Amino acid sequence: MHPAVSIVLFTSLSGAGYGALIWLGLLHGLGLLNLPPVLVGVFAVVAMVLVGMGLVSSTFHLRHPERAWRALSQWRSSWLSREGVMALITYVPAVLFAGALISIDEPPAYILILGYVTAACAVVTIICTAMIYRSLWTVPQWHNSWTVPCFLAIGLAGGALIVCAFVAVGTGGSDFAPAAGFVALAALVVAVLVKLGAWRACARAKPESTLASAIGMPRRAKSARLLESPNSSQNYLQKEMAFRIARKHALKLRRVTLVLGFVMPVLLLIIGVLLASWFGTFLILLAAGSGLAGTLVERWLFFAEATHKVSLYYVTEAV
Amino acid sequence: MTMLPASTEKKLGLVIDLDICVGCHACAVACKSWNSTGTAAPLSDITPYGAEATGTWLNRIHSFEVDDGEGGFTLHFPRSCLHCDDAPCVPVCPTGASYKREKDGIVLVDEDLCIGCGLCAWSCPYGARELDDGTGTMKKCTLCVDRIDNDDLEEIDRVPACVRTCPTSARHFGDLGDPNSEVSLLVAARDGVALMPESGAKPVNRYLPPRSRHPERSSAPVRTPVEDTSGASGFLAWLDRALSD
Repeated sequence: MHPAVSIVLFTSLSGAGYGALIWLGLLHGLGLLNLPPVLVGVFAVVAMVLVGMGLVSSTFHLRHPERAWRALSQWRSSWLSREGVMALITYVPAVLFAGALISIDEPPAYILILGYVTAACAVVTIICTAMIYRSLWTVPQWHNSWTVPCFLAIGLAGGALIVCAFVAVGTGGSDFAPAAGFVALAALVVAVLVKLGAWRACARAKPESTLASAIGMPRRAKSARLLESPNSSQNYLQKEMAFRIARKHALKLRRVTLVLGFVMPVLLLIIGVLLASWFGTFLILLAAGSGLAGTLVERWLFFAEATHKVSLYYVTEAV
Repeated sequence: MTMLPASTEKKLGLVIDLDICVGCHACAVACKSWNSTGTAAPLSDITPYGAEATGTWLNRIHSFEVDDGEGGFTLHFPRSCLHCDDAPCVPVCPTGASYKREKDGIVLVDEDLCIGCGLCAWSCPYGARELDDGTGTMKKCTLCVDRIDNDDLEEIDRVPACVRTCPTSARHFGDLGDPNSEVSLLVAARDGVALMPESGAKPVNRYLPPRSRHPERSSAPVRTPVEDTSGASGFLAWLDRALSD
C-alpha cells in the first residue's frame, strides 16, 4: 500500500496524543504524577494539540476535505466514520478535564473522573483507528488479530514517553515521578513484543489468494503471469495498492524502528531519570522525540509492506 | 445509507465469456466513451498525450499467460465491478456516498457525497474502483444505469455500453438473481465462476472459463506438403535431388 504522509502522520501523532491523554488521566487520577493540577491541564492541552495535528493531517488525505463533516454520518457501518465520531467525542471530557484543572484553583476530586473518562474514550478511539485497517480483508498484513494490539501498544508507549517528557519538564528533572518512568518502560517492552509478534505472524502467514483464483481458475491454472498490462503507465490501483518500493529495505527499516522506537528511548529515559538535572530533562525529551520518530518509521512500514489483493492482477502471484 | 440492503429484487450483472474474448479492448473504450460523455463529469485523463499518460477506466483488460499443464493458453481478461451481493466497498464508506440499489443490486457512488478518502477502493479485492484525479471522487462501473433505464434509447441499446459494443458477443447482461434468465442459463450451461470466492463478497458477475481444447482440434494431423516427384527424370531429377538435401 502507498504510505501516504498524511495517514502516517495522522495515525502516529494522534495515537501518541491519545496515549498521552490516557496516561495523564490515569496517573494524575491516581496521584502519581508529582505535578500541580494546572500543569497537568496544560499538558493535556498539549496532548490534544498533538491529536488535533494528526486529525488535521488526516483530512489532507481526502480529495474533498470541505466535505469531511459528512464522514461523521455512517458510524453504524464504517470504522472510519466511527473513528471520526469518537475523535470528536473524546475532546469533550478532555477539554473539560484540562479546562477544570487549569481554571479551578483547587479542583474537586470528581474532576479526576473526567480524566478517567478521557482515557477510556481515547482507548476506544485508538481501537477505531486500528479497526479501519484490521477490517480490510484485502490486506492480509492488516486483517489479523495483531493490528489492534499494535496500534494500542504503540500509542500507549509513545504516550507514556510524552508524559515522561511532561513530568521531566514540569519538575525540572529534580523530582521525577517514578510511576511515569515505570509505565513508559513497561509500555515500551509490551509495544516492542507486540510489534515483533506481528512481524513474525505476517512472515509466517500463508497466502490465501492466488492469481489463479483471481481469474477464476484456482485448480485449472497451475500458474499464470501477466502477459500484457491493461495500461502502459501506472494507474491509480498500481500507485495506491501495488506499492513495492519498501520491500527491498524492509529489514533495515525494521531495525531503524527498533533502535529509534525502543532501544534509544529506553536508554535515554533511564539515563535522563538517573541524572535528575536539566540535562537529564533534555535526554528525556530526546527519548520522547526518538520514540515518535520510531513510530513514524513503523507506521510507514505498516503501509509500505502491506500487499493488497488487487496486486494479484498486476505484479504478484499470491497474496 | 451505507448499510447493505438485506436483499435486492434483482441481481443485475455481467457474464463474460473468456472463451471468445479476443482482448480487443473495445468494451473498455466504449465504457470510457459512454461514461465520459454522459451526465457525470468525464473520466479524467492526466497528460493523455505525455509519456506518463494515466487516467480513470471502469473496465480494464488484462492479458495473462496461463499454464494449465496442457500446453497453456493466453487469457484475455476484462476486469470491472462485480456488483457483489456483500459488497465490502459499501459499508466502509464513511459518508454514505457508496450504496447498493435495492431494486437491482447495482453498486453506485453518489459523487456529491464522496470525500475521496479512497477506503472503498482499499476494501475491494477486484480493483473495481478508481479515484479520479480530475474530480477527486471515486469512480466505478454503473452497469450504465443511464442506458439500461433510458426510455429515450432504442431497446437494443438499453444494455451497458461494453455489452452493446463487444464485437465477439463475449459480454452478456441480465438478472443473475433469476435462475431462468438467459444469463443464468448461460452460467449453468458453461459452469460460470465467481472470481476470488474466498473474499466472501459474493460477486454477482460470472466469468465463463475457456473451453478445454479438444485434443483433435489442438493437435490436428499436419499434412506433409511434399509432392511425389518419383516420375522426374533428367535435369528435373537432378534439381529435385539437389534441392532435397
